[in-house]
Amino acid sequence: MSSENGKRLLETDAGGLNFEATELTLGLPGEPRVTSDGGAKWGSKRGFSETVDLKLGDNNQEVKLGHSLQEAAKSPVSKTQVVGWPPVRGFAKRGKKSCKYVKVAVDGAPYLRKVDLEIYNSYQQLLTSLEDMFSCFTIRNYLNEKKIDQVNGIEYMPTYEDKDGDWMLVGDVPWQ
Amino acid sequence: MPKRLAYSLPDEVLEHVFSFIQSDKDRNVVSAVCKSWYEIERWCRRKIFVGNCYAVSPKMVIRRFPQVRSIELKGKPHFADFNLVPDGWGGYVLPWITEMAGAYPWLDEIRLKRMVVTDESLELIAKSFKDFKVLVLASCEGFSTDGLAALAASCKNLRELDLRESEVDDSSVHWLSHFPETYTSMVSLNISCLGSGEVSFSALERLVSRCPNLRSLKLNRAVPLDKTANILRLAPQLVEFGTCTYSAELRSDVFSNLAGAFSNCKELRSLSGFWDVVPDYLPAIYSVCSRLTSLNLSYATIQSPDLIMLVSHCPSLQRLLVLDYIEDSGLEALASNCKDLQELRVFPSDPFDAEPNASLTEQGLVAVSLGCPKLQSVLYFCRRMSNAALVTIAQNRPNLTRFRLCIIEPNTADYLTGEPFDVGFGAIVEHCKDLIRLSLSGLLTDCVFEYIGKYAKKLEMLSVAFAGDSDLGLHHVLSGCESLRKLEIRDCPFGDKALLTNAAKLETMRSLWMSSCSVSFEACKLLSQKMPRLNVEVIDERGPPDSRPENCTVDKLYIYRSVAGPRFDMPPFVWTKDEDLALRLSP
Repeated sequence: MSSENGKRLLETDAGGLNFEATELTLGLPGEPRVTSDGGAKWGSKRGFSETVDLKLGDNNQEVKLGHSLQEAAKSPVSKTQVVGWPPVRGFAKRGKKSCKYVKVAVDGAPYLRKVDLEIYNSYQQLLTSLEDMFSCFTIRNYLNEKKIDQVNGIEYMPTYEDKDGDWMLVGDVPWQ
Repeated sequence: MPKRLAYSLPDEVLEHVFSFIQSDKDRNVVSAVCKSWYEIERWCRRKIFVGNCYAVSPKMVIRRFPQVRSIELKGKPHFADFNLVPDGWGGYVLPWITEMAGAYPWLDEIRLKRMVVTDESLELIAKSFKDFKVLVLASCEGFSTDGLAALAASCKNLRELDLRESEVDDSSVHWLSHFPETYTSMVSLNISCLGSGEVSFSALERLVSRCPNLRSLKLNRAVPLDKTANILRLAPQLVEFGTCTYSAELRSDVFSNLAGAFSNCKELRSLSGFWDVVPDYLPAIYSVCSRLTSLNLSYATIQSPDLIMLVSHCPSLQRLLVLDYIEDSGLEALASNCKDLQELRVFPSDPFDAEPNASLTEQGLVAVSLGCPKLQSVLYFCRRMSNAALVTIAQNRPNLTRFRLCIIEPNTADYLTGEPFDVGFGAIVEHCKDLIRLSLSGLLTDCVFEYIGKYAKKLEMLSVAFAGDSDLGLHHVLSGCESLRKLEIRDCPFGDKALLTNAAKLETMRSLWMSSCSVSFEACKLLSQKMPRLNVEVIDERGPPDSRPENCTVDKLYIYRSVAGPRFDMPPFVWTKDEDLALRLSP
């Protein structure tokens, strides 16, 4: 699949949004990471302040946004958000039709996922959601429903190849 | 001949007299005078308002009022605006349109709020009502530009098409081009909610140029700023204008063209839009500012100095919607410049951030309450408040009719004293005797509800969140507020007792919403049995409420009075006392 380690958020075709300012690069410390424009960005183990430290599979998730990200992002850690509070109408809906769908690739996963950034209100929520989406690859979760081939017990998921040549899981982008 | 006939007037005369009586309330009173007045009145009632589309069935409305020309319907409860009502709950307009298509061939006005409107419904409207004139879809969803195309193609006399805050799917049809070249009737067009792909600028230009009666035009953000001048020059008679994207690289030719176009618009009284505003372009509107009565800057991410400059040019302003970037200093400027101000709404620019990003506090609101003697309606989001400020506001402005305060962090106390806001809101309801709408926030005990029950005799709508200590709070409100029609509550420790004790009160109200409170399913079933003319809907996506332990409380509860009985379009996550699930049909 991809030759890089870690997750990266790629630019999406629909929307023309520039994500370089908010690009998250997660991954094992110590590995050089290559960005979408090809240049190696961060190298050392001590790039801690420039990465997002995410403990997967942990109940207590810490999200520490580094300095460079903090300039791009607005709030560091936001509190647990209550549904429908504060009662602001249509805040996420303004410009909703220009959906901010981005592709997320996790190394080692057989397919990519698409997430709509519009539905998240904070980095915390996004990362929680990404963890849920990719947890089945780090931790075998047999409670996830998958189609099982009855003969040899191999799991199948419906996927498709998009115009970039990436394999995408069917169902992430709403039908319409 | 019985005596009373000698005193009665011919029907035609009575009908003529009744035609001067427009308000629903008065009409209802007229129809209660005697049987013959009831009969006459029902045949000549032209306008119907149904505040809850499930309170009555279309057939019942048609049976009583056979000659209606104008109908207004509301669907989902208000908290649906904040994503508290799951998709698929209901509020479908198609059954109404279907019935009315047959019964009211002369229907010419339909106004809907928070309803699910499909393309099929729009197509049915287009082909059933020959003289169709007005369609307002406020906060609706479920339709696409296909439906709009059908309306454009068929409704020769369409005067008003207002899609305010609705969600419209883009079917890639250039629906504006479906208005024939012979169509010239548009008076009011609001397409501000549409996305980028959905408006063809050239079709819009042609439409505007051939509609000489166009008074109100609200564009969507996809139309670029340099085109705005073109539109304005084609319609200098506009009274209301919603700009498109108000952002572009500053170029003096674009600026002067825009400024010139605005200066031609002598009738302009209301401006809105202003997405992505570039402050340098704001002075283009200065020539109209002195006449402006309404200004909606709630999408304008401009800072206080620019806002102050703008506001100081608008002495006639009656209505202002703005983001908290205006800050206390801006509100002080507003208070000194805009003595005719009646309505103020201040929205949070960053509602989900724990820290304030603009210097807006209770001081701004106090300043406006002091400086603007006609202030009646307030919606204010802020991060700190004090009882002292609330008392001052109440004393300054006893003429307030709508007061909605949202202190962003739940359970925030008075920042000066650490106390709850019972006294502050108590002052509001005590002094503002004509208050009809109130929204509470911040730290609040049962005391505030005691004040509300005691003083808020004209209150019709109350919104409560994260407040109160016990059932007593709810009891005070239900037993004390004589005019209460709508009550919406979330995350309060109110439970079965208050609800069951005040069951009869619920039939005098339009509706009650309670979510994340402490009401049990048992109480809901009991209430439902006790009050056959209430629909008690438990909205719970977790599964059947009676499959959970006894002490488990329902997630969401929506109770409304109805003469139509239980509805037939309930989704699986709505639970009522009816055991017979066969009644349920999927929408």
